[in-house]
Amino acid sequence: MRHTPLLLTVFLAAAPLAARAQGILDPQGPVAAGERQILFNSLGIMLAIVIPTIVAILAVGFWYRASNSRARYLPDFNHSDRLEVLVWSIPLMTVLLVGGVAWLGAHELDPRKALPSNVKPVTVQVVSLDWKWLFIYPDEGIASVNHLTIPVGRPVSFELTSAGVMNSFFVPQLGGQIYTMSGMLTRLQLQADHAGTYRGMSAQFSGDGFADMHFDVDAVEAGNFAHWVETARSKGSSLDASTYAHLSKPSAGIAPVTYRAVTPGLFGSILAAEQQHEDICTRTSMRAER
Amino acid sequence: MSLLGKLSWDAIPLDQPIVMGVSFVMVLVIASILGWITLKGHWSYLWGEWLTSVDHKRIGIMYVILALIMLLRGFADALMMRAQQAVAAGDAQGYLPPEHFDQIFSAHGTIMIFFVAMPFVIGLMNFVVPLQLGVRDMAFPTLNSIGLGLTASGILLTNISLVVGEFAKTGWVAYPPLSELQFSPGVGVDYYLWALQISGVGTLMTGVNFVTTILKTRAPGMSYMRMPVFCWTALASNLLIVAAFPVLTATFAMLLLDRYLDFHFFTIDGQGNAMMYVNLFWVWGHPEVYILILPAFGVFSEVVSTFSGKALFGYRSMVAATLVICVLSFVVWLHHFFTMGASANVNGFFGVMTMIIAVPTGVKVFNWLFTMYGGRVRFEVPILWSVGFMVTFVIGGMTGVLMAVPPADFQLHNSLFLVAHFHNVIIGGVVFGVMAGYNYWFPKAFGFKLDERWGVASFWCWLIGFYLAFMPLYALGLMGMTRRMQHYDVVSWQPWLVAAAAGAVVILAGIVCQIIQLVVSIRARETLKVTADPWNGRTLEWVAASPPPAWNFATLPVVTDIDAFWQQKKEAHIEHAPAAQSSGYELIEMPKNSAIGFVTAFLAVVVGFAMIWHIWWMAALGALGIFLTTLAFAFREKEEIEISVEEIARFEEMQHAEVVA
Repeated sequence: MRHTPLLLTVFLAAAPLAARAQGILDPQGPVAAGERQILFNSLGIMLAIVIPTIVAILAVGFWYRASNSRARYLPDFNHSDRLEVLVWSIPLMTVLLVGGVAWLGAHELDPRKALPSNVKPVTVQVVSLDWKWLFIYPDEGIASVNHLTIPVGRPVSFELTSAGVMNSFFVPQLGGQIYTMSGMLTRLQLQADHAGTYRGMSAQFSGDGFADMHFDVDAVEAGNFAHWVETARSKGSSLDASTYAHLSKPSAGIAPVTYRAVTPGLFGSILAAEQQHEDICTRTSMRAER
Repeated sequence: MSLLGKLSWDAIPLDQPIVMGVSFVMVLVIASILGWITLKGHWSYLWGEWLTSVDHKRIGIMYVILALIMLLRGFADALMMRAQQAVAAGDAQGYLPPEHFDQIFSAHGTIMIFFVAMPFVIGLMNFVVPLQLGVRDMAFPTLNSIGLGLTASGILLTNISLVVGEFAKTGWVAYPPLSELQFSPGVGVDYYLWALQISGVGTLMTGVNFVTTILKTRAPGMSYMRMPVFCWTALASNLLIVAAFPVLTATFAMLLLDRYLDFHFFTIDGQGNAMMYVNLFWVWGHPEVYILILPAFGVFSEVVSTFSGKALFGYRSMVAATLVICVLSFVVWLHHFFTMGASANVNGFFGVMTMIIAVPTGVKVFNWLFTMYGGRVRFEVPILWSVGFMVTFVIGGMTGVLMAVPPADFQLHNSLFLVAHFHNVIIGGVVFGVMAGYNYWFPKAFGFKLDERWGVASFWCWLIGFYLAFMPLYALGLMGMTRRMQHYDVVSWQPWLVAAAAGAVVILAGIVCQIIQLVVSIRARETLKVTADPWNGRTLEWVAASPPPAWNFATLPVVTDIDAFWQQKKEAHIEHAPAAQSSGYELIEMPKNSAIGFVTAFLAVVVGFAMIWHIWWMAALGALGIFLTTLAFAFREKEEIEISVEEIARFEEMQHAEVVA
């Protein structure tokens, strides 16, 4: 126990170090920044009660050790209405505060909520495959695998599904994760504020190739994004039913590629294909979008 | 169709040296133990006194032995994972291929939850609850033996999967669609499902048994508000078992129907919905956490109070907090998947409910604190574990509440932060709890104390090892490392994982110390010998002899207050020495030993194994066998044995003579 405060300090000191390693502590967009803020607020509220509690446990245990003749022995001190009100109200008040943070945060940072912006969002349709990521840009009519390019300062509106098992789409420095589930559509809004390359990955174990299911997110200036779209349109093959069928076969660690064109409605058919009939869940979420 | 279903020689992984090596050692150990028993002629003792025993104390001890053995298996898995992740950085692939690594983390989770934590907690409850209630046995002693048997069946099936076939590669939660036939065509998921179905039935039987025992059979005068806190936590825990385990059984039954009979509950086609499984799994899964931790809280309450030489502070608060946790644990399950894409209202609701559970838990911590306050705290091994728990658990609770904040969870979910959190509360809570209980009640069970020095060494190794192994995982989670990675491309994670591996080695040292402690104590049992009340205890188990006779109490104690034994001692002190009772005993009827538990367990293994390998005739025969066994049991003529007055008097005199000497 003597080492605990020390280790706790090490643990807390580790946090800034972690920043260098592309995590939540080094956010690069409004969503991740908001999530980090909530993390810190909650942690701060709780540490205010947790640290004194730990100190009290160690201090009381030490002082009332049997060998300490100076400590008073109060064998009948086993009940006190006042203290019991206190022990219920301390955690209650803490939870009231953190609960408020949680409730407001859940609404503020709802992954479906559109980000405030003057620019029209880029739409990216995400499909998790065994074991790679397919990104379709329906408005630009292009697609890429295992590599996501987005413009800086413009919201990106993700629509996500899975072609098989469940995965979780996660770019820690831009914002929290969301599941991809076959036959179901989830939504996520992210934005990068600074140009850079950020690590993206699947956060939900999905089988043997899971460890290789990561990708780079390139956040580039608007001009460079337009340039990238143009380049993508001018090379590579087209993603149609047959190339998709080939792509969807299980494989891991494949190099990023781009597709110059995408068959319109491909994403919708992937969403519907696994589920012969739209189930209630999908219908509801589709309807909610309209 | 083959007579042996899917089973063939290919099922034995001869091409995998690690698996075969481990299997060989395992088979060798089992064979040598069986050989030793045969050679020494211990079979009739083992059969007559243990395997067919319906004595709650013997059953409890057997549960704990199972848990300790499986702790070694589950910990070996942990060491392999830590070793793999310590080396598999950048382009390195480590020494475990994905298909093997995936089985290891799935087996580790399954074993540690179902076959270490559960049997350990149930074992302690089995041993202690009837003694604390001042009664002679459980409400249904034979059912108790069947529950133990079925748990052992599940354990055996899980271990068979190491040698014959494979284990699940889906993680211990076995989420569909990954666990469906389409993506997991092997027998691994079937091993997982049948092992847990069979042991789950056993757990449910045990739950029913405890609830009945605590509600219906207590010593005269022991009203609810005079029950020891451990009994309260056991009651809450078993109410949760009775309410939650059927959900798990039904969920697994649906997945089995999907896999065996082409149903579409959770499949990606035919309008199945995998998220239904995820919901149902955690409707069981979150109460399960409290099934494990509540009895541990009970142990800490007993230990802190006993070693502080004081009554537990705020008994009513403790009882209320236990019951509040019991109820609330059913309304928080969604926090296991905030990232499913539910609405902000849903996430917000479950986030807030989750935090509310922290309130009664916090109350407990403060009450333990105030129990030590004004006490004379004797820092022996059980309370070291308890204080270590209080500090560690507060940190784990804090990170838990952190993840109950939905936006924070979007970042921390499925990361190593989560892994660190639940090990923080399960090791820091449940494991420390059962270790405290093991050291605390061992003298009661065997009549001698466990060696103090090795116990202290073990505690410090576990505590330091825990912090070294899991604090780096918190940091890694914040760096964006997810769980279950066979290798990783970010090399800056590696130093942290090496530190975590070192932590695992320190915990290993703790486990080694525990084994040495046991061996040393057995060898020195004459010098470590204790009387009925080695710790200056407060509750009724310390009235009974150490070890207690089959009938526990010659005459049932009469309870007049909380801490019944403490009160008795206080009064006796005032009236100067209690008169040793030498006569007035009555004939005691005790339940007769029965082989039904063992036979049913054996046949359950046969049924499970046959179902896993699609050997239908064998499954049918096994099921028929279980039915006939039950029938034979129902028609048995003699249910009880009588303990004569002379035998009781003789035992009591012997005890008295020892105390005086």
